[in-house]
Order: sequence, then C-alpha cells, then structure tokens
Amino acid sequence: MGTYIAGRLAQMIPTLLLIITIVFLLVYIVGDPVSLMLGEHATPEQVATMREAMGLNDPLLVQYFNYLGSVLTGDFGDSYRYNQAALPLVLDRIPATLTLAIGAILLALVIAIPLGVWAATRRGGVVDSAVSSLSVLAKAMPNFWLGIMLILLFAVVLQWLPVSGSGSWAHLVLPVVALGTGTAAEITRLVRSSMVEILSQDYIRTARGKGLRQRVVVYKHALLNAFVPVTSITILQFSTLLGGALITEVVFSWPGLGQLLVNAVSMRDMAVVQAAVFVIAVMVLALSLISDLLFKAVDRRISLG
Amino acid sequence: MAESTTMSASGTGSVEPAPAKSFSQRSWRSKLRRVPLSGWIGLVLVGVPAVVAIFAPLLMPHSPTEIDPTRALLPPIGMEGYQPGHLLGTDNLGRDLLSRLIEGARISLLIGVLSVVLAGSIGLTVGLAAGYYSKWIDALLMRFVDALLAIPSILLILVILGVLDPGMWTLIFVLGITNWVIYARQIRAEVLELRERQFIRAAQNFGVSGPTILLRHLTPNVMPSFIVLSTLSVATVIVTESGLSFLGLGVQPPDISWGLMLTTGRDYLATAWWISTLPGLAITFTVLGILLLGDWLRDALDPRLAVGR
Repeated sequence: MGTYIAGRLAQMIPTLLLIITIVFLLVYIVGDPVSLMLGEHATPEQVATMREAMGLNDPLLVQYFNYLGSVLTGDFGDSYRYNQAALPLVLDRIPATLTLAIGAILLALVIAIPLGVWAATRRGGVVDSAVSSLSVLAKAMPNFWLGIMLILLFAVVLQWLPVSGSGSWAHLVLPVVALGTGTAAEITRLVRSSMVEILSQDYIRTARGKGLRQRVVVYKHALLNAFVPVTSITILQFSTLLGGALITEVVFSWPGLGQLLVNAVSMRDMAVVQAAVFVIAVMVLALSLISDLLFKAVDRRISLG
Repeated sequence: MAESTTMSASGTGSVEPAPAKSFSQRSWRSKLRRVPLSGWIGLVLVGVPAVVAIFAPLLMPHSPTEIDPTRALLPPIGMEGYQPGHLLGTDNLGRDLLSRLIEGARISLLIGVLSVVLAGSIGLTVGLAAGYYSKWIDALLMRFVDALLAIPSILLILVILGVLDPGMWTLIFVLGITNWVIYARQIRAEVLELRERQFIRAAQNFGVSGPTILLRHLTPNVMPSFIVLSTLSVATVIVTESGLSFLGLGVQPPDISWGLMLTTGRDYLATAWWISTLPGLAITFTVLGILLLGDWLRDALDPRLAVGR
C-alpha cells in the first residue's frame, strides 16, 4: 500500500506538468499581456521595451522553461490588475469557495443517500416515483437560475434572507442550496440506480434466501457495493461543483475563487488564471488519489497495479 | 446479460451465452415499444422545443431582435397591463419574449447535440482502449484523463474561450473537446470490472481477438451507461452553454440564448420577474425532457434492469 501511494504521488508530477503545459500553451496563444498592462495609449517603443523586459521575445522553449522554473518556486507572476503576486491572491479566495463547495456536498449527501436507498428498496412504488421525479427536476434546473429564483422568492418577495454578499450564516444559505440541489439530484439518481442494479443480482437473492433481514441485505450487502460508483461520482461532482461555484458566486456576489476567476478571464489577467488552475488541479488530484485508495479498501477485486 | 454465474461461483469453464445476445433487435424493439408515462412526458418536453427550433421562423409572432421602447417590460398574459400580441410579455427593450424564447431554442439544442456527438465518440474509444489493453496504454491515457479532470471543465472552457472568439461554433467545439473525459473515465472503470468476469475470461481463453471482445462483448455491456451518460451530457451541455452565456462568455448578441436572456432579467427581478423566470423555465423543461428520455432508454436497453419487471 505504501509503495502504491508513493507511486501515485510520483504519477501526480507528470499530470501536474501536463496541466501546467496546457495552460502555458493556451496563455502563449492568447499572446500579448503587454498591451493590456500598458493600456491603449502606450507608444510602440514602450511596448517593445516591456516585451523585452518580460522575456516575451525569447523562443517558446526558453519561455517555457523559465515559466516552469518560476512555477516551481510558487511564482505565477503578478496580477496586472491587483498589482500583487497571483498565488496569494488565489489562496486568499480558497476558504470562501471551499466553504460553499463543502456545504453543498454535505447538503447533497445528507439528502441523496437516504433518498436513493429508500427509492431503490421501493422500486416502482410511489416513493420511488416521487424521489425520481424530484431528483430529475432538481437536476434539470441550472444552479444559477435556481439561485436567481431563490433570490426572487426569499430575498425580494419574502425578505427573509440577504440578496447577496457574505459575512454571516444567512448569506451562506441561498448559495449552498442553489449549488447543492443539483449535486444532490445527481447523487440520488446514482445511489438509486446502483442500488437497483445491485439488488437485482443473484447474491442478493441468496442473502434474502438465507433469511437475512431486509436491513442487513440492503445496508451490508448492497450499499457497500454501491460505494465504489457513489464515491467516484461524488468526487467527480466535487470538481464539477467547483466549476458550478464559479457561476453561483457571481450570482450571489460571493467573494470566492469563482468571482476572481471570471473577472480574471474576462480581463485576461492570465497570471491569476494560471495560479487558480494550478491550485484547483492539486486539490482535485489529491481527491482522486483518496478515492482510489477507498476503492482498494472496499473492493478487493480491483487491482491497483 | 451474462449474469448466470455469481462472482463467487467456482469456474467450471462453461461458456456463457454471449452478452450481445440480449441486445438482439427483437428484444429491445419490443421494450422500446412499451413507453412509460415519464417517457411520454420526456418525448413531449424534448419534442416541443425541437419542433419549435426547426420551424422557428414560421412560429415567431415578432422579430426577436426588434426593439420598441414604448412596449418595454410588458407583463405576460393573465397579468394586469397585459397587451394582446405579446403573449409572454416583453423585456426591458420591448422585445417580444416568446419570439426570443423560440429563437433561443434553436441555438441551445444545436449546441447540445453536436458537442455531445463529438465528446461521446472520443470518450467511448479512449475508455474502451484504456480499460482493456495493456497497463501502459491505460496508464498513459488515464494520466491524460486525470490531468484534464483535474481542471473543472468550465475552467478549461473559460481559458479556451479567452483564446477563441466566442460564438456558437466555438462553444460546440470547446464543449465537445472538454467533456469526453467523463465518458472515458466511467467506461474505463466499467471495463476494468467487466474484464475480470467469467464470460470475458472465457472468450479470451477461446482465443477471441481483442478488438472482437471490445466490440462484441464489452461495448454492449457499457452501452447502458454510455446512453445514460450521453443523455445527461446533452442536458449538462445545454446548462453549461446557458451558464457561459449568462456570464457573457458564450453566445454573443445579437444572437439569442436562453442564458443571455437570464442576464438581462436579473437586473429587473423586483419589477419584471418574467424576464428571468421564463427562459429559466425553458431550460429546465427542455433539460427535464432529455433526462426523462434517458431514463426510459436506460430501462429499455439495460437487460439486467428489465429482469423482474
């Protein structure tokens, strides 16, 4: 197991390298940060001096290795909009986004697992139909539209909760619901379909034939086997959720990574974009490693060579 | 589906029936014929915007881009101040909302279907190859997939949209080449599990070639989840498109998108709720229809789930 973890950690290096390279190339294609930094009224001489100073006239490979060198020391360059180093700017925003994302995931799991199991054990019944209909409807709603509707109902009409911003628990409620609802629906569908599939297999019939109680069959024999797909999707969802948080944050003026990023992309503040992509990539890679370790622990048939 | 032996059964070496058999035309045709209620609802919810999209120019009561400040912020039918001729009201510039919704349907559906076709074909191929073939192909492909999955796709989309000019065809391309990784990962995971099963082992022992096993034994077995994934993907893509357009990075005016309409409506929440409510409903019902269709297809196409119906 120790060797496996070490191996996986070593494998993360080329993965991160690949991500850095993809982003570097994309930024290279975007091209000229100089005219953005100096504004429209810069003279051609100023632009030329600046380009030379920033090393933008060097060959691609030289630029690439210089870039790799500075990334290794945590230097993604300065944000030209904020006039400060990009990495701390990004790290500052992480807690707000994580609060939102973790809140949404927790809300989703708390709703999804009991509902999914409940629906699967009453397959074809009223409960199943109701849960399926609700989860399909929730999945169908775009989270930013749900967010706008929540604002319309709870902030504009009822005036129970603040329209947007941050600072108190009340500010957290609407964004978490807006973000978590779709995830809950996704996980409910998966828990249900995994459970239905598992419950239709022969070993479940055998377990029932042995006279085991329904609860033991469902929770011990079936739910544990649903663990692999459910964890896989939950972790994939976390990555999607960080993406969804981008838009939700804009809707609710939540001061997280999303707002910073959307602004950075539209202003082409590429130092911030690169730092953010790198940081998010590290987080998701770590999660993926954890999920594979969980698979290994739960399902011995999977070999992690 | 070859499920006649359980995982714990001792291998007797008996050859199970080929899994492709339950996919014979007769069995799934008869299952497709029994459409459940939710399937009908799905058909209607997808059918209406599809038909509307095709016949858009004939159905629009007004030009969707015609500005008329004297008719701004008119409410939809049934509300005080309703004016005949604008069934669903108008937006802040006096543009007819019904006409704009109809035009928006075209763009959303086109982007959804075309980008999923692109993503699905790449993902299925990569997933099958990675799951079945030797470890180094798997390692190579999965490192690449991991790298792409490590970036939430919207992030990659945003970075690429910074390079390319925004617009409909850019969106189709970008959504296609960023969404295939989900298929690759899911299909590969299933193939990893399937290839340990008796019927694949048996086929290998009989000397069936790799490509044949992939096509005849593995592909049919991953099809149910491939279909479910594809359906979900069309839905996801429509939502992503509207989200990007909502942020001002997707479909650009004067082109119309449901997401773009939401942006306008957000500033008029207190006075004209219908501007942001109606396009959201259009997205929700269309996506809902696609999801219901996918469920029905899954039930009809997955022989294992059909057992005991």
